[in-house]
Order: sequence, then C-alpha cells, then structure tokens
Amino acid sequence: MTALLHVKDLRAYYGQVQALHGLEFDLQEGSLTTLLGANGAGKTTTLRSICNMIRSTGSIEFEGKKLDNKSTESIVRLGIAHVPQGRGTFTTMTVEENLQLGAISRKDIKAIGDDIERMYAHFPVLKQRHTQQAGTLSGGEQQMLAVARALMLRPRLMLLDEPSFGLAPLIVRDLFKILGKINREDKVSILVVEQNAQLALELADKAYVIETGRIVMSGTADEIANNEDVRKSYLGY
Amino acid sequence: MELFTNQVLAGIATGAIYACMALAVVMIYQAIDHLNFAQGEMAMFSTFVAWQMMQWGMPYWGAFALTLIFSFVGGIVIERALFKPLAKAPVLTHVAGFIALFAIINSVAGLTWDFTIKQFPSPFGSSPFLGSQLISTHQAGMIGVTLVLLVLLFIFFRYTRVGLAMRAAATLPESARLVGINTSWMIALGWGMAAAIGSIAGMLIAPVVFLEPNMMGGVLIYGFAAAVVGGLSSPLGAVIGGFLVGVFENLVGTYIPGVGNELKLPIALALIITVLVVKPNGLFGRTIVKRV
Repeated sequence: MTALLHVKDLRAYYGQVQALHGLEFDLQEGSLTTLLGANGAGKTTTLRSICNMIRSTGSIEFEGKKLDNKSTESIVRLGIAHVPQGRGTFTTMTVEENLQLGAISRKDIKAIGDDIERMYAHFPVLKQRHTQQAGTLSGGEQQMLAVARALMLRPRLMLLDEPSFGLAPLIVRDLFKILGKINREDKVSILVVEQNAQLALELADKAYVIETGRIVMSGTADEIANNEDVRKSYLGY
Repeated sequence: MELFTNQVLAGIATGAIYACMALAVVMIYQAIDHLNFAQGEMAMFSTFVAWQMMQWGMPYWGAFALTLIFSFVGGIVIERALFKPLAKAPVLTHVAGFIALFAIINSVAGLTWDFTIKQFPSPFGSSPFLGSQLISTHQAGMIGVTLVLLVLLFIFFRYTRVGLAMRAAATLPESARLVGINTSWMIALGWGMAAAIGSIAGMLIAPVVFLEPNMMGGVLIYGFAAAVVGGLSSPLGAVIGGFLVGVFENLVGTYIPGVGNELKLPIALALIITVLVVKPNGLFGRTIVKRV
C-alpha cells in the first residue's frame, strides 16, 4: 500500500523557537489516522506545516508530489482540506456562502450545487439554517459547517484540528460518527488531531503519539489504545 | 424653498462623485486595511488619459471604456509593483508609499499635460434635466452612473464566485487561503477595481471642476469623509455617505453665513472628525469584535 501522505524529518519553527524536531509519519490512502498528544506537543503545528502556514524544513510528499515551497492555496488545490482550530468560519457570510467558498477553487462548477445538497443530507441542520449568517450558529453547528466546507473541496485528504474542541459530548459523538461515514463512503482520507484521545482512538484505524515535537509511538488504533503508557497518560485509567 | 431643493439636488449630484471616490477608497481599504491617499491622483491621471484619447479623435464612450480598462490594469500594476512588496510593512511605510505615489502621479501628469485647466466634455450635456431648472442632465447623469455602479458592484460581490472570493479574502485571509483562494491576487483585483471606479469619478467630475492635475484634491477629501460617514467596511454605506456629504456640504455652504465656498473643505474634515469621535464605525460599518 502506498502512502498518501509521507512526512519525513519535519522541523518547524515559530520565530526562533523550534516546535517540531524531525517528525516522521505516513498516512495510508483511505485511512483515518489520528495524531494524539498533550497541549503544546506540536499537533497543530504538524497540520499547519503540511499546509505551509508556518516556516518548516524537511520533506512532505502528497501523492508523491513534494509540497515544500508551495503556497497554502496551491496545496489546498491539490486536494488537501484543512479544518483549522477555531474552525475558520466566515462568520459574516451565510451558511450557503461558506459552503460555496469551500468549493471556490473547483473547476466543475455545475457539480457544486449537488455537493451542497449532499452536505445538507449529511448535516440537516445546515439546510435549516442555510440563509443565516454563519456567526449565528452554535459551536457544534459551526464545526459541522467547517467540516462540510472542507468536504466541498472534494478533498483527497482532510486535516482536522481538534474537531471536538468546545463541543458538548453528545454533539462530539454525532460529529465523529459522520466523520467515520465520510471516511468510508466518500473515500476521504482523514488526519485528525485530538485531545479527546478515547474518542479519536475509537474512530481511527491508525494512531501516532506525539511528544514535544517528536513521534514517540505509532501503531494501529487498537494497539495504541491498549498500550499501558498511553492509557495512563492520555486515557486516564 | 426653491433654493433649498436646488441645493439638495445639486448636493446629491456632487455627492454621487464623492460616493464613487468613497467606493474606490473602501475597495482598497477592505483589501489592505489602509486608506489610499493617491486614489484621487490615480483618478485624475485616468481622466487625462481619457482626455488624450478624445484629443486623438476617439468618441466619448470609446475613450471611456478604454480608460476603464487602462485604469483597471494600472491599478493592478501599481499593487504588484509597489504595495505587494510592502504587504507586511508597518502602517507608516504604507503612508509613505501612498504619498510617494501621489507626488509621482501628480508630477507626471503635470509634466505630460501641463497645469493649465482643460475642458472635459460631458456625455450627458448640460441642458436642464426633463425641462426642470433644478438639475442639469450632467448632474442627473452623475447620479445615474453612480447608482448603476452600485448595483453592478452589489451583483458582483453577492452573486459571482470571484466576488465571493474577494469578500472572503478581505474578511479572513487565512481561512480564504485554506479554501484555495489566492488572496494576494484578490488584493490586486481590488486595486484594479478601485482604480477603475476612481476613473469613473474623475471623468464625471472633470466637466464640473475642469481638468488639471490638482482637480481631485478636494474631491478625495470629501470621498474620505463619505467613506468614514458610511463606515469603511460597507460599499453601500460609502455611497449613502457620499450623497449625505454632498448635500450637507451644500446646505451648510448656503445657509450658514460666512461659510460660503471658501470654508466648504474644512466642513468635510470636521465631519470626518465628528464621525470618528461619535460613531467610529460610521453609519453602516460593522463593528469588528475579536474573540480572545
């Protein structure tokens, strides 16, 4: 099986401060991979490096193509949708406009309308609110909108940064269920960064644990979930 | 009463020009968060280009259309050459850039076409509009063109993909990049559109104030006032602000003794300061609330 995303010796910097110290990992085509770690371990930084939103060195390959020195927008156009922390919702625009923005780089304009309907099928609440300003949605609804917006790109790979952040547990369950469905049915590979390790491991097939900018453990989600250290540090039992 | 109506209508007509300038100012302010002090000079230069083409025998509307294209391309070139490299520079660097641009355009226009005033034709003529003595056809034309422009802009921003992308890039550049929008080119596009809108203002006001390199000085200040009154984040606000400032300027000049024509300009400045003190976001501007 070939890796969809291949990250090697990734080092990232915030000014003088180095946040990633030679990170290496692969993401298989069709997989739902999770990146676990404590606050400040470098999870968000990893996602931001993939989209070249911060200064980094090393090599990142997507479908065999090098992403180094590509601008954020051209990386996105290759089919990598990034749902950032804080969701990046265009709050002053309507829900529908947010969805259209997700597809703004696509050339197949005629298919966009159908895809919007598909998103409404995934997330019925967005249909009810399609003319509302996105800023008036609740946190959970905004997170659904962010995921839907990312899917409008018809991505090959979706990067999700803390999708559970600030959401009620029930809503998180729903959201993760939908993510699993999208992964299976729409064949979108997913890399999800989570602090809610338990939930992420239930959902994912593969997991990496990251500590102070390095991968310290990797394996299938089951292996990681049953690992003694992981259970103590991240699952709390 | 007739004097009053007359002054209000004349105010709306000049207000249309201020509205155009304000629209141009808002376009660039939305894109880069700075006021373009050279907007007026860019408009003046475009008007000279139109004048030159007409001197060479081109019909009015042909020259008008070519000038729009010239200004659009010129605006993009200015952004790419001068302001793209300054994108991350502090405010004062931008201000210096704008002032340099102002001086350069003004001097080049003076050098090329000299500083004597020139007649600029009006496509609408200057006969009474619909037989009424209150307003001339040119004044009516200025109002009409501004309103058409506003409607076109509204359609562009609301219903086209490029318009949507431009709005996204202006409100949240980082998110815009994450959906694949080339924000840098959206800024250039904003400059091009602002230059084109400014050139319309220049060509419409030139028959009234006569064509010369310093013709836009006062107009731009009123344009700023209009943009501030309307709120710098709202194109509709800019247009309404333009009409309000035009009417206000005329009424104060007519009814407050001692103001007359000489003191009209300070009124614009007083208006800017008053709005900034009392309602900093203008009448239609959005308050930007940042979540911490």
